[in-house]
Amino acid sequence: MIKGVILMNDKGKPRLVKFYDYHPAEKQQELIRRLYGVLSSRAEDVSNFVKVDSLFGPDTRLVYKTYATLHILFIFDSSENELAMLDLMQVFVEAMDKCFSNVRELDIVFNFNKVHAILDEIILGGQVLETSSSEVVKAVEEISKYSPNPLCFFSLLFFTHQVSQDAISYFLFRMERAANSLMAVPSITGWQGR
Amino acid sequence: MSGPTLLDSLFQRSLEDLIKGLRLYVGDESTFISKSLDEIRREIKSTDPQTKSIALQKLTYLHSIHGVDMSWASFHAIELSSSHSLNFKRVAYLAASLSFDPSTTDVILLLTNQLRKDLQSPNSHEVSLALNALYFIATPDLARDLTPEVFILLNSNKGSTRKKAIALILRLFELYPDAVRVCFKRLVENLENSDPGIVSAVVGVFCELARNEAKSYLPLAPEFYKILVESRNNWLLIKVLKIFLELAPLEPRLGKRLVEPICDHLKRTGAKSLAFECVRTIVTSFSEYEFAVRLAVEKIKEFLNDDDPNLKYLGLQALTIVAPKHLWAVMENKDFVIRSLSDADANIKLEALQLVLAMVSEDNVMDICKVLINYALKSDPEFCNEILGCILLACSRNVYEIIVDFDWYVSLLGEMTRIPHCQKGEEIENQLVDIGMRVKDARPQLVRVGRDLLIDPALFGNPFVHRILSAAAWVSGEYVRFSKNPSELVEALLQPRTSLLPSSIKAVYIQSAFKVLTFYVHHYISTKGVISSASQGVEDLMHGRVQENPQFVRTGPVADSDTDDGGLNPMMLHRPVRDVSVESFEDMSVAHEWIYAFHVLLCFFSLPREWRLLLLKLAFSSSESHYKTPGPT
Repeated sequence: MIKGVILMNDKGKPRLVKFYDYHPAEKQQELIRRLYGVLSSRAEDVSNFVKVDSLFGPDTRLVYKTYATLHILFIFDSSENELAMLDLMQVFVEAMDKCFSNVRELDIVFNFNKVHAILDEIILGGQVLETSSSEVVKAVEEISKYSPNPLCFFSLLFFTHQVSQDAISYFLFRMERAANSLMAVPSITGWQGR
Repeated sequence: MSGPTLLDSLFQRSLEDLIKGLRLYVGDESTFISKSLDEIRREIKSTDPQTKSIALQKLTYLHSIHGVDMSWASFHAIELSSSHSLNFKRVAYLAASLSFDPSTTDVILLLTNQLRKDLQSPNSHEVSLALNALYFIATPDLARDLTPEVFILLNSNKGSTRKKAIALILRLFELYPDAVRVCFKRLVENLENSDPGIVSAVVGVFCELARNEAKSYLPLAPEFYKILVESRNNWLLIKVLKIFLELAPLEPRLGKRLVEPICDHLKRTGAKSLAFECVRTIVTSFSEYEFAVRLAVEKIKEFLNDDDPNLKYLGLQALTIVAPKHLWAVMENKDFVIRSLSDADANIKLEALQLVLAMVSEDNVMDICKVLINYALKSDPEFCNEILGCILLACSRNVYEIIVDFDWYVSLLGEMTRIPHCQKGEEIENQLVDIGMRVKDARPQLVRVGRDLLIDPALFGNPFVHRILSAAAWVSGEYVRFSKNPSELVEALLQPRTSLLPSSIKAVYIQSAFKVLTFYVHHYISTKGVISSASQGVEDLMHGRVQENPQFVRTGPVADSDTDDGGLNPMMLHRPVRDVSVESFEDMSVAHEWIYAFHVLLCFFSLPREWRLLLLKLAFSSSESHYKTPGPT
């Protein structure tokens, strides 16, 4: 079975953490730190597999791939084929790519719920459900269509078009001003300076 | 704390705001997080589901990414899960699946009814949410209560729901074994399904089950055989192969029928994952079929020659599995294996090392060790120690089964000690003493090697190697009669640098120095000829040429007032010593033993005061000796 899926950036900050065995929050953070240690000691152009018996128990290994600034790790035991796990990782990345159109690390940072939804269509309880990225995308789009969430809608707009970002933020800014300028709510225009 | 106000709900910070705030915050993140936590604690108590949902989302985010504890919010998650909106339900179930601990969260039971309702819902999304959450939070009670609903879903019309139910059933089997009775038949029925995705899910479940208890699933072999022969789906085939890996050893007739299809797949497939799985299955469970193994080794060679380091690594792994029964396969690829010892990839180096040691035998152990030591000298400390560890393990297996020439092996141990990165102090120490006790013929060489180690000043610098020095000291003391120049030994044992060593090792040094001294004294006495003259000799010692030995005064921080005790006459130490043969010692009669004991006492009193106190402390404090006392030599 698959024991965990982790996305972390090249500084070791976790972006998505899903363990299929229960670990308390502190243990999870410690595991992430140690995994980052393992990854940083790997050279370039070497194999993508690492034995992690000391962290997760006997016969466990992890496969990792680096896409730009993001490391993707799948931790699994001997009931999964190593090369098949690499393929599955590819499926996951392709699905995210199609859902976010050319996914970048920032998309994953700001779409916590959606990324979990994508992952839950591929793996349930450590077992592989779906190996075709197009099917996964279809399922996720159905979910988003079923109950459109205004917040979701806005966040989608924010991160795809620079122009609509400006328009919406200006619009919301006006709304906020009108409501009650006494409340110390962080103004969205402040974000543009980033 | 005041309850949530209308303004709180209106101007609640969303999850995006929280994430942005964290990213922009300058300074220690934890202050921002605790401020946000205070807000969340207020907001989450709200009765408005929108506010609650956003608060829960933020909390889940903080828990998952920043490790913040959210066990206090379990009840709120459960409250939210009863909402009719799919989005709120999603938020609640995600929070539950990421934070509930099945063994300690008591409120999980409160979710039973809600889960049951959602599992029976006509909306497949709600069903999916419930199935997913159930995996993470299932307790034995929950499993028992909800098995009927999951059982119904095993026949669901929607393929994706069926697959999820099948994936979940594994967990239910684990927690509530009776579920097997209820659901097994339907599970097996799903093997006939036309959708390869569903069949894959079922086979995946059986793969996990077969790893724990293969025998019970042997009756299903015909179904799996059908899939093996007919299916063209790689994922499915891989899982079926894994099942057969477990089943084949149990039933020899199965092996005969399976070999052909597996070889066919191996020959036909273009998918590397399937090819590797075929190879692995053949070399693990079908290794008695020569033609299959030959085919597999061909494929392994292809992997090894590929540029992709992943394939090289997997090829080496497969070769490691083949090695015990088919060493010829490893020999064929010997060059590649040895070249891989200097590969950039640590994984590949380690696998290559294991393979090299699999190849070792009586004839080639010396050559292989030489090659490996060369590699060790050139490598980084970690790999160097891996190599040394593996050499030590392989050579000492089955009580040094493969070593024919112990003199060579003992000098190899000495050579290993000198390697700058060596950290295998304990193992080498044990082996030196072990060989000394077991192998009589190797003792002269052992003493020679011990002497070289004791004399070498560089070894004091490597703290891992100190234990080896203690073994060298012990060996020198114990088998001093084989030494060509015991005086050198004593000088080495008593040199000032020994104060750098820890006390336990200094103790061994002192004991060994003692042994060498008594050997000397006895030899002096016996070269004088007659036992009766022994007392004369002793008197000589006590009244005669007793002089201060400056060497002793220098060794410890001793008060000068002790010098009137005197030291042993240094001239005696440099008298040329006839190599006393073993026999003369063994012929010691009772009278000799008394003289021997008296000599020991004499030496004891001639030592500086600090050393006497140390020896007395050692003698009376712990009863465990540093090494096991050897049997009669």
